[in-house]
Order: sequence, then C-alpha cells, then structure tokens
Amino acid sequence: MSENKIEIRKLYKAFGKKKVLNDMDLDVRQGESLVVIGGSGTGKSVLIKCIQGLLIPDSGSIKIDGHEVVGTTEDIHQKMGMLFQGAALFDSLSVWENVAFRLLDKSKMSKKDAKLEAIRVLRQVGLAPDVADLSPAELSGGMQKRVGLARAIITRPEIIFFDEPTTGLDPIMADVINDLIIESARGLGATTLTITHDMASARKIADRIAMLYQGKIIWSGTVKEMDKSDNPYLRQFISGSSHGPIKMEV
Amino acid sequence: MSMNNEKQITAKMMSFVQALGKPLVAFIVSLGYLSQFVAKSVYNCFMPPFYVRLLGRQFMNMGFYSLPVVGLTTLFAGMVIAIQTYSGISKYGAESAVATVVLISVTRELAPVLSALMVAGRIGAAMAAEIGTMRVTEQIDALVTLSANPFRYLIAPRVWAGIIVMPLLVLFGDVIGIFGGYVVGIYKLDFNPANYINNTMSNLQSIDIMTGVIKACVFGFIISIMGCYHGYRSKGGAQGVGEATTNAVVSSSILILIFNYLITEMIFSR
Ligand SMILES: Nc1ncnc2c1ncn2[C@@H]1O[C@H](COP(=O)(O)OP(=O)(O)OP(=O)(O)O)[C@@H](O)[C@H]1O
Ligand SMILES: [Mg+2]
Repeated sequence: MSENKIEIRKLYKAFGKKKVLNDMDLDVRQGESLVVIGGSGTGKSVLIKCIQGLLIPDSGSIKIDGHEVVGTTEDIHQKMGMLFQGAALFDSLSVWENVAFRLLDKSKMSKKDAKLEAIRVLRQVGLAPDVADLSPAELSGGMQKRVGLARAIITRPEIIFFDEPTTGLDPIMADVINDLIIESARGLGATTLTITHDMASARKIADRIAMLYQGKIIWSGTVKEMDKSDNPYLRQFISGSSHGPIKMEV
Repeated sequence: MSMNNEKQITAKMMSFVQALGKPLVAFIVSLGYLSQFVAKSVYNCFMPPFYVRLLGRQFMNMGFYSLPVVGLTTLFAGMVIAIQTYSGISKYGAESAVATVVLISVTRELAPVLSALMVAGRIGAAMAAEIGTMRVTEQIDALVTLSANPFRYLIAPRVWAGIIVMPLLVLFGDVIGIFGGYVVGIYKLDFNPANYINNTMSNLQSIDIMTGVIKACVFGFIISIMGCYHGYRSKGGAQGVGEATTNAVVSSSILILIFNYLITEMIFSR
C-alpha cells in the first residue's frame, strides 16, 4: 500500500488546441495539506475538476487510495468534500438544508436530526444557529464560504478540496477561513488539496507547496524550502513581479 | 493578372463553402449533444431516487401558476373562432356549424398549441434561466460532488412535470375555449343556449380530446427538455444564461409547431 492518498500520472487535458494540463504528475500524501499555486488560467481548477470527475481528462491516470478513478462509475464523492471558489450554495435551499444536503439526500436521517447536525457544524465554522433558516442570498461572501465549508465537512470526508478559499475576501476574513481550514482538516485527519494564488494563505495552511506552470508541476517542497529555493519561476511568483521568466499571455 | 483573379475566385468559393459548412457542422454536432442529453434524461427519469418534493414544486410552477395564462389564451381563441366561423360560413345552419368548429378547432389545435407556446415562454424560459444560473455558479458541479445526480435531481422532476401537467392544462383549456365560443354564440350571435350545448355535446368525440392530450404530452416533454438542455449547456456568466433562455423558448416553440404538424398528419391523414 502506498502512502499516497492521490497519485496523478501523465495527466493530459486540452481544450481544443489549448493544452491546459500537459502530462502532469502529482502526489498528495496521506493526511497532508498540499497547496497548488500558479497563475490565473494555468489550469488549477481544471486539475481539481479532473480529480473529482467533473471533467474527463484526455489521458493519464488518477489514483485515489490506489484505485483508478478516471472513467470509473463508482461513487468516488462519498469520501470527498469540496469548497468551491464561489461557494456554489444552492439558492433554492435554506442554509441548513445546504449544509445537511448529504444527510438528507443519501442517508435516511430524519429532517430534525439533520438540522441539529447542520447547526452543530455551522457553529463549528463560527456561524450562529439563527443563520440556519436564512437563504444563501442573504449572506455575505465570507459567510457563504463558511457555509460551503460546513457543507463540505459535515460527512467527515477523507479528502477535502479547496478552490481559492480566500479569493475575494478581506485579509482578516481570509485569515479566519485559513484557520477554519486548518482546524477542520486537522480535526478530521483529512488530506487536503488547496489551490490558490494567495501566498499568505498558502504559507499558512500548507504542509507542502507545488507550483503549476504550463501544464506541469515545476516545483514542490515545504514552505521553508520554498523560501530557500532559487527556482526563477517560483521566485517570480512569490515576489509577484511582472519581470522574470513567466510571461503572462495577455 | 488572370492567375490572381483565379486565386481570388477560388478563395471566395472556399470562404463561401466554409461559411456554409461551419454552421452545418455546428448544427450536426449540437444535434449529437442534444440526442445524448435526451437519452440520458429519459433514462434517469426512471431511476431512483425520485425527488417527490421537487416534482411537487414543478407541478405548482408549471401547472397551477399557468392556469390564468392558459385560460386567457384559450378563452379568446374560442371567442374568435366563433365569430370567424359565423362570418365565414354561410349563415344557414350557422348554429350547428359554429358549435362544431369551435369544438374541433379548440380541442384538436388551439388549446394544445396555444397553451404549449404560452407555457414554453413562461416555464421553458424559467427552467433554462434557473439551470443555467446553477451551471455558471458551479451549483451543478456542487451537486455532483455531493453524490447527487443532476439528471435525477434537476431534470427528471421537470420532464415528469412537463409530461403530466401539460395534458391537464390542455383539458382545462378545452373547457375554457369551448366556453368562450359559447359566450360569443349566445350573447353576440343570439344562438339558443340549449341548442348550442346540444350541438357541442352531440359532436363531442373522444378522438378530438385524445389528440389534444397526446399533443400535450409531447409538447410538455419538448418544453422541459429544451429548457433543461439549454440551461445545462450554458456557459459564460449572465450573458450565457440570457442566450440559453432565448434559445430554449425559440427552439421549443419551433419544435412544438413541427411536432404539431407531424402528430396531426399521423392521426388525421389516413
Ligand atoms: N470547460 C472549459 N472549456 C474550455 N476551456 C476551459 C474550460 N475550463 C477551463 N478552460 C480553460 O483552461 C484554462 C485553465 O482554466 P482554470 O479555470 O483551470 O484556471 P485556474 O488556474 O483555475 O485560474 P484562476 O486562478 O483564474 O481560477 C483557462 O485558459 C480556461 O480558458
Ligand atoms: Mg480557478
């Protein structure tokens, strides 16, 4: 048994002529928090969508717990949770129904128990019980992210994905979300894969960082190693300079 | 000089063929997507879990709240037909002719087609907008990551509602449309009420009603499928959702008219 929770080999995905992921390899170890950084449009969201089967890769292999998931018809989502960039809450449902979606949908839990459980998890992400009956449209962006987080962790998944969890939030709220991510992941012992271009957030939540550039992982290591690295691509991205080997396609 | 000319002509021809070919290829490709979508939708209509609560909500939206608009359109349609028949057909025997023509045209054609077009504008558009918004805000992806099948959660309830609700709406429209003809016949054309009702009843045939109901089932299916299809495939934010809404209404309206002809021909041109 390998200790890799997720093992990606030669993953290739193109849209038309545009190669987004080009024979990419990536390992996510059991229980670690891996952060993938990279510029806008480098394919970070595409990567996460391929792993979850929302997009079908053109070729390559993705193994979770040693099982191939590309093209599988099994329900691989049971052990995964996902926080979307825009929270993606269902606006036809109330906040607690969003959080308890899985409990109501699959397990035959009663409405009352599901609501109690939802309120418990909402508390865990710092939301008061009276938020439960609101509609998602009545919440601020930061609160929506928290509800999204609650929805992702309520069934205690083994793997949690975070798609740009701090984008669009003020720095303080961003840090609150960072803390919640660390807490909930540690609390569950979950493996997490976060994609972001927020370096402050990456430094805070990462056990290991990987950089995606032109369809490949061009560097990976710990935060300490990152600060010592002299990889010019990495250096440019960290310092946020427009001068360097990375050319933005405008 | 002539070489150049020839080149230009060839280039023009090429771009002409290309201009023809591109939309054709795009059309064939989208037909492929559509048939795949329809097959997947129909399959998932019969697979559990069945979301009864969602089905109930679609019934309300599509059925109950469409009653006023369906009633209004069929009422006026019946009234107009009564006047047109009276003025168009010789006045002799007009009494029985008006009742019969109103009956047949409302039940066979006007109630199903007009109701379907109204519901396509009201509900098909709403479906495309709602599902399209869910698509561009990643709510459909979220459904998948929560182990729910979007075809069963979003599309099956809408398709079932379309197939079940449209016939009921059309039956309602039949009654209102015939009533519209009756009102004009009695109060405008001074027919005898008892005779009018008698004429209507003695000409009432189950094939007329059945034709309307069969059409309604097909139209309901078309409205829901086109609304869901365009919503499901929409991309690119608010603009994409707007386009999806327009496309849903236009394509379902055209399909309704085409299928109306086909069904009519199948049943009546023997
Ligand atoms: N469904 C799709 N169809 C066509 N092209 C797509 C699709 N999804 C993504 N792309 C393209 O793939 C590239 C990578 O997109 P992706 O969303 O993964 O970027 P990203 O790294 O997440 O960027 P950001 O940080 O801005 O979210 C983009 O150039 C985009 O145009
Ligand atoms: Mg992204």
